[in-house]
Amino acid sequence: MSAAAAALFIAVFLACVVEAVEATTIVLAAGTARDWRSAGTGSVAALAVLAVVVAVLGPAVSHIPLTGLRVVVGALLLVFGLQWLRKAILRASGHKALHDEDKLYAEHLAEAQASQSSVAPSFLAPDWYGFTLAFKGVLLEGLEVVFIVLTFGANAKNVGLAAIAAGCAVVLVAAAGYAIKAPLARVPENTMKFVVGIMLTSFGMFWGGEGAGAHWPGSDAALLVIIPAIALFAVGLTVLLRQSAGGASGGTADLREPADQSAH
Amino acid sequence: MTSKLRAFGAFWYDFVIGDDWLIAVGVVLGLAGTYGLHRAGVVAWWLLPLVLVVLLPVSISRAASGPVLPRRRRGQRKSPASPHTPPAS
Repeated sequence: MSAAAAALFIAVFLACVVEAVEATTIVLAAGTARDWRSAGTGSVAALAVLAVVVAVLGPAVSHIPLTGLRVVVGALLLVFGLQWLRKAILRASGHKALHDEDKLYAEHLAEAQASQSSVAPSFLAPDWYGFTLAFKGVLLEGLEVVFIVLTFGANAKNVGLAAIAAGCAVVLVAAAGYAIKAPLARVPENTMKFVVGIMLTSFGMFWGGEGAGAHWPGSDAALLVIIPAIALFAVGLTVLLRQSAGGASGGTADLREPADQSAH
Repeated sequence: MTSKLRAFGAFWYDFVIGDDWLIAVGVVLGLAGTYGLHRAGVVAWWLLPLVLVVLLPVSISRAASGPVLPRRRRGQRKSPASPHTPPAS
């Protein structure tokens, strides 16, 4: 596997793990609070809709001219990546609350327990609220996975590898969620979002620049400089922000996540 | 109907633009500038890294102007009551 293919696999895998963790959290809350069969049926129905979306969009994406695709996708990835990176730096420097799957799970659970279903139950979905909650969660997060696979894969001319990376991520997270039947709070999600933000920004800058007519020195090998350079820049900004925050509040610089998430 | 359209627009604005519109505007201007340099026959690859080096700190400084949240320490699961409370030394 070439360095560019490895970078593609890692970027898609990590981005899809983050989305899969969020979907799993919602399905677990629906299953625990309402009904496991309804949550399972809702998840399967959402996966069926996603399969149709892939079947329709997949061939369509491959017919779009590569230059135009790279500008649009590069711009979107760059915007998404910078937003993720911005949030990750703010979280790591203490300016924004950490993303906490335990807390989100508790919120979804309480909401699901409090809701009344007004639709008559059926065999496949005895509880429509649980079905709908799981369906929406899997569909929305799944659409993001589809977007990641199609855009990364089409730009790198390797949709197959992107799909394999996404499949590995989804199967891994779903299996872990099914095995422990609890929110995946031990996944260092904030650190992963930091890494994914770096990857999205790097690929977005590379493809967006190429689509707009720029020729990167070293062609594809430029990614091997862009990715660590953006990572260093982001870590440097975090340290600077922490030092300024530490000066204001007496805190100390620490790039790790809190012990209850990163120690595992 | 109007509220549904507004909700639809709000969803896409939040999905594409996100928390800081400055980032989206900066990216579009950066790509347009890259294309302009390319059309003018000037080497253009350096512009997007320059945009990132300026844009990210500016966007972060806009968001970081609020209060600093207390940092959780090892073994500590709950945050103190007030975000203004300085962490224990």
